[in-house]
Amino acid sequence: MSVISAAKPNRMIGGFGRLFTTPTFGPLIVLIAFCAVFSLTTRTFWAAGNLSLVVQQSVIVGTLAIGQTMIILTAGIDLANGGIAVLGTIIAGRLVAQEQNPALSLLFALVLCTCFGLTAGLLVSRLMLPPFIVTLGLLGIITAITRLVAQGGAFPVTDDLLSWTGNAFAVGDTSITYGMIIMFCLYLLVWYLLTQTAWGRHVYAIGNNREAARLVGIPVQARLLSVYTFAGLLYGIGAWLALGRIPNADPNALQNANLDSITAVVIGGTSLFGGRGSLWGTLIGTLIVAVLRNGLTLTGIDPLWQDLVTGILVISAVALDQMSRRRQR
Amino acid sequence: MHTIRAAALRAARFNTDRTHFGNEPPIQIGSSRTPGRMGASLSIAIAAAAVSLAGVFGSATPSANAATGDQITIGLVTKTEVNPYFVKLRQAATAEAEKQGAKLIARFGKFDGDNEGQVAAVENLISAGVKGILITPNNSTGMLGIIKKARDKGVLVIALDTATDPADAVDATLATDNFEAGVLQGQYARKALGSKAPKLAMLDGSPGGTVDVQRHDGFLKGFGLKEGDPAIAGKQITHGAQDEGQTAMENLLTAHPDINVVYTINEPAAEGAYAAIKARGKLKDIVLTSIDGGRLGVQYVKDGKIAATVMQFPKIMATRGVDYVVDYVKSGKKPSGFINTGAKLITDKPFSGLPSQDTKWGLENCWGLVTPAAAPHTSFALID
Repeated sequence: MSVISAAKPNRMIGGFGRLFTTPTFGPLIVLIAFCAVFSLTTRTFWAAGNLSLVVQQSVIVGTLAIGQTMIILTAGIDLANGGIAVLGTIIAGRLVAQEQNPALSLLFALVLCTCFGLTAGLLVSRLMLPPFIVTLGLLGIITAITRLVAQGGAFPVTDDLLSWTGNAFAVGDTSITYGMIIMFCLYLLVWYLLTQTAWGRHVYAIGNNREAARLVGIPVQARLLSVYTFAGLLYGIGAWLALGRIPNADPNALQNANLDSITAVVIGGTSLFGGRGSLWGTLIGTLIVAVLRNGLTLTGIDPLWQDLVTGILVISAVALDQMSRRRQR
Repeated sequence: MHTIRAAALRAARFNTDRTHFGNEPPIQIGSSRTPGRMGASLSIAIAAAAVSLAGVFGSATPSANAATGDQITIGLVTKTEVNPYFVKLRQAATAEAEKQGAKLIARFGKFDGDNEGQVAAVENLISAGVKGILITPNNSTGMLGIIKKARDKGVLVIALDTATDPADAVDATLATDNFEAGVLQGQYARKALGSKAPKLAMLDGSPGGTVDVQRHDGFLKGFGLKEGDPAIAGKQITHGAQDEGQTAMENLLTAHPDINVVYTINEPAAEGAYAAIKARGKLKDIVLTSIDGGRLGVQYVKDGKIAATVMQFPKIMATRGVDYVVDYVKSGKKPSGFINTGAKLITDKPFSGLPSQDTKWGLENCWGLVTPAAAPHTSFALID
């Protein structure tokens, strides 16, 4: 039973003292540091409107990264998440362009994205194929389907429902989009599932040691299947958020979203080997990348610095994870 | 706009796709709790490193805050930075801004189609307080919302190279008239063919691309053929890439050995077609033409690989774009409509009645990069 209790991620609900030893602490400090630097070097960074922008720019990758976090926690990886989301936008965009009912079109896109998550889950859990290969193959298949459906074109979206997530209301000087709210609700929901339910503990346990998890009676196959399927649904919602942010269903969009979401997860302190990490870290990781992009633009510094710093952060985060792992042995 | 980007992009993406992530099952069964003391101290160390790094940025450019001072700031958002065409555009804009005493903040998408990256760039530029934004949209309908927001805030928005759809979403468009450029290419091909009955192969870019269609249609108009004419032996998609151009030409020549004139969407595709034609020993029988005007392309014309190419002028788009913004800030005057930056036929075998420039002029005025002769397709050196 030691696996189960060890995997229990109760550090997330621990007291204040525990905060400093959580994997989220490092990323949080980095985020605060960048915010401080940009606040001091520019007049515009710490403005309500600009901070709202940073969050709006994080919405798509942030949502895709939720699914990515769950999958990486099971010691998996998902290279197809951006592809699935793009297919969702194209399906919904094309159906509405053909004057189908917008609600049904959106629902169909969500179901389709979920089905692709289910497919990945079946291949990973039943056929025991490596997630890297499964999702790499799926990415190719989905990209091809997307282009076949799109026929080389993009679909401008004018429908109110499809682009609703981009609508904003103002709280003081800050503009809040519905997409931001949806993203935060999803984080809360998945955080609850991962930390407060048996399902979530199983996810961590499987990532720690799949065989041990099976031996203690965790239904490994069913849990893996549920993780990938749920992730597929999240990617579908990501597609809706993408349409809200840019009301144009473009088959060429979001090509790097898979790697961007992995970057966010890793910078957020979640271990690529599974079993360790926190969802809030992923949100912080997403925000770090967005803050860098925004701040470097405000200061007028060459954007290539963003890639450079992001690269350093990724390697640092993984090195940190490895070191702490080795120390425990 | 169609240069070697497709090939370069694919190469870049291939590398990222191969990024491998360790996925072996963890061995330990014991505790996998929090990182512990060492982990915590390491996080702090890394955070400190990040702070100092960020500090370097801050201190390296103390006057970098775009919002301070009276200096005019201008934003430039290009499609990608992997394409020498846009590198040239950026360099020219930066130089012109410096000359005018303005400051240029350049941003770009990460890949062809990166609307999200471009939208975020424009949002951030508005936050930075720029007076004008020059943009080459990745997708002609992808940026409409954010462009409207920028204009509502009094920012002058000028599309460079690629028009938006509708075109009046921006204040003005500075671009090559790609249809007219295609006409020049077609007229030259027709004259070079002489009295022979044409058997035309068309190596197109991407299906449905705005520029691709304009060049294709322009060529047919200049050549004097209608779409669907039996003289068009075949059309193939190359995405403007050399390898696909070669495959397409090989297949077309197998199917129609009597092809005697070739349209290519850009010079990398033409280079691929050249290799296929050469392998068949048909160099003397076929007129190969192209369009774009990159340095490599002009060199191909000089080497006799391509009969002629049509050059476009990203440098003019960039410099005039910057000038318009500076003028707008100083006098409040806005440019409007479509402003053609011109296209020039480049060939060393001119025909009377068809104005052209030779390759010497072409090499002096072209955009793009020189490739070292030793490794023509692997490394690039930047020249201005």
